[in-house]
Amino acid sequence: MSRWILTSVIVAVTGAALPRPAHAGPLDEAQGGRLEQALERAIDGLAASSDDKINESVNKLAVLGDPRAIPALDALCDDRLRLGTDGHAYVWDSKIRDIRDPVTGAVVGGAPRPLKEVEISNEVRRVALPILAQLKLGSPDAAVRLAAAQELSNGGSAEAPALLRGALGREHDAKVRGALTLAIARVDLGSADASARIAALEVVSKSGDDDFLSTLQQMLGQGSDGKPNEPDARVRAAAQRARDAVVSHQRVVGFVGDLLHGLSLASVLLFAALGLAVTFGLLGVINMAHGEMLMLGAYATYSVQTAMHGSRFYLPVAIPVAFLSTALVGVLLERTIIRHLYKRPLETLLATWGISLGLIQTVRLIFGAQNVSVANPDWLAGGLEIAHGLVLPWTRIAVVGFVIVVAAAVWFILQRTRFGLEVRAVTQNRSMAACIGISTKRVDALVFGLGSGIAGLGGVALSQLGNVGPELGQSYIIDSFMVVVLGGVGRLAGAVAAALGLGVVNKLIEPAAGAVAGKIAVLVFIILFIQRRPQGLFAIKGRVEA
Amino acid sequence: MSAIPVTPLEDDDRPTPISSAPIPAAARPELALWVENLSVTFDGFKALTEVTLTLEKGELRCLIGPNGAGKTTLMDCITGKTRPDSGAVYLESRMNDLTKLSECRIAELGIGRKFQRPTVFQGHTVYENCELALAGKKGVFRTLFARLSAAERTRIDEILELIGLQDHAKRQAGLLAHGQKQWLEIGMLLAQAPSVLLIDEPIAGMTHAETERTAELLRSLAGAHTVVVVEHDMEFVRSIARRVTVLHQGKVLAEGPMAQIQKDPRVVEVYLGV
Amino acid sequence: MLLGGAALLIAVVIPLVAPDYLVPLLGKFLCFGIAALAMDLVWGYAGILSLGHGLFFALGGYGMGMYLMRVIAGEGVYRSNLPDFMVFLDWKQLPWYWHGFQSFPFAMVMSLVAPGVLALVFGWFMFRSRIRGVYLSIVTQALTYAATLFFFQNAAGFGGNNGLTDFKRILGASLHDPGTRKLLYVASAIALFGTYLLCRFVVTSRLGRVVTAVRDAELKTRFCGYESTNYKLFIWTLSAMLCALAGALYVPQVGIINPSEMQPSNSIEMAIWVAVGGRGTLGGAVLGAWLVNGGKSWLTAALPSAWLYALGALFVAVTLFLPDGLVGLGSKVGSKFRSKSLRPPT
Ligand SMILES: Nc1ncnc2c1ncn2[C@@H]1O[C@H](COP(=O)(O)OP(=O)(O)OP(=O)(O)O)[C@@H](O)[C@H]1O
Ligand SMILES: [Mg+2]
Repeated sequence: MSRWILTSVIVAVTGAALPRPAHAGPLDEAQGGRLEQALERAIDGLAASSDDKINESVNKLAVLGDPRAIPALDALCDDRLRLGTDGHAYVWDSKIRDIRDPVTGAVVGGAPRPLKEVEISNEVRRVALPILAQLKLGSPDAAVRLAAAQELSNGGSAEAPALLRGALGREHDAKVRGALTLAIARVDLGSADASARIAALEVVSKSGDDDFLSTLQQMLGQGSDGKPNEPDARVRAAAQRARDAVVSHQRVVGFVGDLLHGLSLASVLLFAALGLAVTFGLLGVINMAHGEMLMLGAYATYSVQTAMHGSRFYLPVAIPVAFLSTALVGVLLERTIIRHLYKRPLETLLATWGISLGLIQTVRLIFGAQNVSVANPDWLAGGLEIAHGLVLPWTRIAVVGFVIVVAAAVWFILQRTRFGLEVRAVTQNRSMAACIGISTKRVDALVFGLGSGIAGLGGVALSQLGNVGPELGQSYIIDSFMVVVLGGVGRLAGAVAAALGLGVVNKLIEPAAGAVAGKIAVLVFIILFIQRRPQGLFAIKGRVEA
Repeated sequence: MSAIPVTPLEDDDRPTPISSAPIPAAARPELALWVENLSVTFDGFKALTEVTLTLEKGELRCLIGPNGAGKTTLMDCITGKTRPDSGAVYLESRMNDLTKLSECRIAELGIGRKFQRPTVFQGHTVYENCELALAGKKGVFRTLFARLSAAERTRIDEILELIGLQDHAKRQAGLLAHGQKQWLEIGMLLAQAPSVLLIDEPIAGMTHAETERTAELLRSLAGAHTVVVVEHDMEFVRSIARRVTVLHQGKVLAEGPMAQIQKDPRVVEVYLGV
Repeated sequence: MLLGGAALLIAVVIPLVAPDYLVPLLGKFLCFGIAALAMDLVWGYAGILSLGHGLFFALGGYGMGMYLMRVIAGEGVYRSNLPDFMVFLDWKQLPWYWHGFQSFPFAMVMSLVAPGVLALVFGWFMFRSRIRGVYLSIVTQALTYAATLFFFQNAAGFGGNNGLTDFKRILGASLHDPGTRKLLYVASAIALFGTYLLCRFVVTSRLGRVVTAVRDAELKTRFCGYESTNYKLFIWTLSAMLCALAGALYVPQVGIINPSEMQPSNSIEMAIWVAVGGRGTLGGAVLGAWLVNGGKSWLTAALPSAWLYALGALFVAVTLFLPDGLVGLGSKVGSKFRSKSLRPPT
């Protein structure tokens, strides 16, 4: 407590008034105009030629406490502030290689060149940085306040605790409050007061934030003289507790992260497996080129994106394009080649493998052998933060949602439409279906097209998760066949369950034992599993003759 | 044998189930096959319910019943193709329960079977089909070095003559007509020399004359072998049957001499009357 | 027999007349011929389309490669007793599974036994659970895929993606010496001939007929008293070991073995060799292997980007138009070759 008072005094003496609260009401007109001028004058003063004058301006900005001064101060500390021939200060933006107005941020056309670089000593920086932090803590933008809190706690300046506490008192945003509390705890861990350290450890252990892990390790460790780094036994015990809490929290976070990662892998597998469940399960056609349908779908997405010059709405266009183009390829293959091979599954396997070679080579010739990358549209960028250190990318969430929609649609088509009825009739008794007037040829082609189209949709999903290359399909085909084997042929529910199981199990084993061990473990598991249930999870029952 | 009185079995007055322990060999020396409380379900569908059946040595038994009665399923259980949910099958005086053994072990013990749909080795010649069916040890390495002995050759020739395929010995079995495949399968069964023969619908696809010959053949087999025949053709059944068992909906509906069975009102109702 | 005689003749004549640079290439073809025979045993006769034979081939190759690495211990770039790649990984000790490979007989036995045991165990699990047809193909492919990933790892101790290479001597003879290459060629020719005779003996024995019967009607063979699982297991394991033999002979002639050799695509290519020549005929399998690989050697040099198209088209064309392969075509056309077996109903 005494330390807090002390720092407050220091802050008061150095003239750094507390910034205007973010939620302050609007100022009245006249005063606003005056302040405006003062702000501009102070900012221009930052580009003064002597350190003293700059210091003066910095302090003026502190008194004004206007967050609009943040870019200018930031630039000053970063050596990005420029003095124009008109005597005004400007901020240099290296990205666009031009200057911006320090307050409005607008690019200044017809710049008052030549520009002079404002150089400051570290002395000035020492004064300016805490004031910058303090201004940031008062910014109306929660993200800026959050960043400032983290920066302050890492910087370890003498004024930090006081600033942070002040900010915490005024803060209303729960997230920023949390960050401020942590920042204070971080500073307090270095405090000379044992009870302050214990209180800080309490906060750390509640947060489970792994940024503290190294500090905690250090506190629990021993110096080179064999004495513990932390002299107080009570604090040591608290540190131990905090460390355990952090570690177990991290474990949970890691687990949930893997789980979700597995879920998105499962979604991609499910796309491939749904298509297979349709072509293999219903038609009995084992299509080794099925993976290439994924690949074609991904390239279709890439083409649409390129054709639309990366418009943010290319995805809604890419989805039908990918579906239709891969479905068309599927129908063509079925009509020209595969229909001659019904009832000869092993030959079908070889022929479709040949087809896959041709497709890969074609794509290679058209798009090049190199991977291409499909940019996520901005509305899929970023992610959903569930807990500290656990961010779910929107792309993955979208892929999971997408596969649910597609699976539901497939189920609906097969179970609730006239077409689905015909499909089921044909797959159960081909000749009987033909007798009652169903065009089995048409059904075959459409079913194959549907299966391929679903894989094409999977390609759209894949393009959002990683790079796209001609061999993309090869890496999924084996896994997706495993899904079909495990799930039982021709069973949508089986495919869903098996894809989920394999995807999640794979990603759960991976961090512990490595990707290869994960694959091998899954294979061994499948081999053992089919010992017990050769028909897969959800077998179609029926009798086999000799 | 035909003088055994008929006791039509009612659901409620069936004989009390026999204890699951096999009957000692000495007590029932004349039994060839003993099926005991056999039950099979396919996903809740009861294909066989507590079927009990005893076959005496040398007997020729006909198994009849409407489609789906469970006749083929019963054969599947005896030959190890289908594992029953409960119940047991014992062969002769042996103590081993067939339902625990593999198909090939059961075949080795002396049960031969003809499928409902004729099944021969399509890629092999008629002669080779018979050779493969020949009795003998059938381990991997023994087979690798096996050569046909003179006695075996004669045996195959005899069989080919019996089934009327001597002129087709070098023909691919897959190219035979349906009825010829039926004969070939019967021939293979003979080559296998089992003590119990299970024959599922042997005369489908045969001409009238061939049916006659089949009947004759089956009658001649009885005595030395125990024969179970499943057939829908009543004419044929009448010509060979001494004792008949009627299966209906997975249960034994009646059992007895043909003449008696034909008069049984329930059998007439569910099967013969159609 | 005819083919065997021709093979022997070729074995004697080729090294005398062919230019030195061709000898290893032709020797390679002989090895592919052995692999094709192995593939034909399981696919043509037993109806098992294995997509895992590339793995057995590569395992045999690795066994030989390990011998070739060990026999030059101390002569590598680092002058260490360990193979160079282990030194590079900073390993201090030979992994246990590398012990004994400095001995040629031991290495040869292991080259055959290790793939054999793998095939036996895997096959036992597969066949006893009655996995067959495309399912079996898919699972064998998954096995190959997993093994490839495993061998790609540096930590596996087989040289990672570089594999084993920089061989110098085999049984004291320099591998760079044309004479040694000719001898290796002759050894391959003898092995091919021997394999051919062995396969002929097997497929014409009663066991061969049982295996084909299992392919056509497995349940029926079981009712005839044959334990079909054991038969499949026998032919499968034998085939895997023959394939490993091919791999072991292949490696000293090409001078390298790496995991790309066991990629699933290689196994499928073996299947197409057999399909081109004619399934279920031993001569056809060898012929197919030579034709396809001859075409590959020529086309990859002449028109590299066209090779994959050609291969793809070959897969499609053979399955659509040549179900019995060239031998089948020949017998149809009325040539003196007579195809002994019908096309199996797959
Ligand atoms: N593997 C199986 N799965 C599901 N149901 C089966 C299976 N095998 C048999 N069934 C059913 O069990 C019942 C009995 O069949 P089974 O073939 O034994 O009859 P059957 O008396 O031989 O008839 P049929 O005279 O037509 O040959 C039938 O309804 C059949 O559909
Ligand atoms: Mg039946």
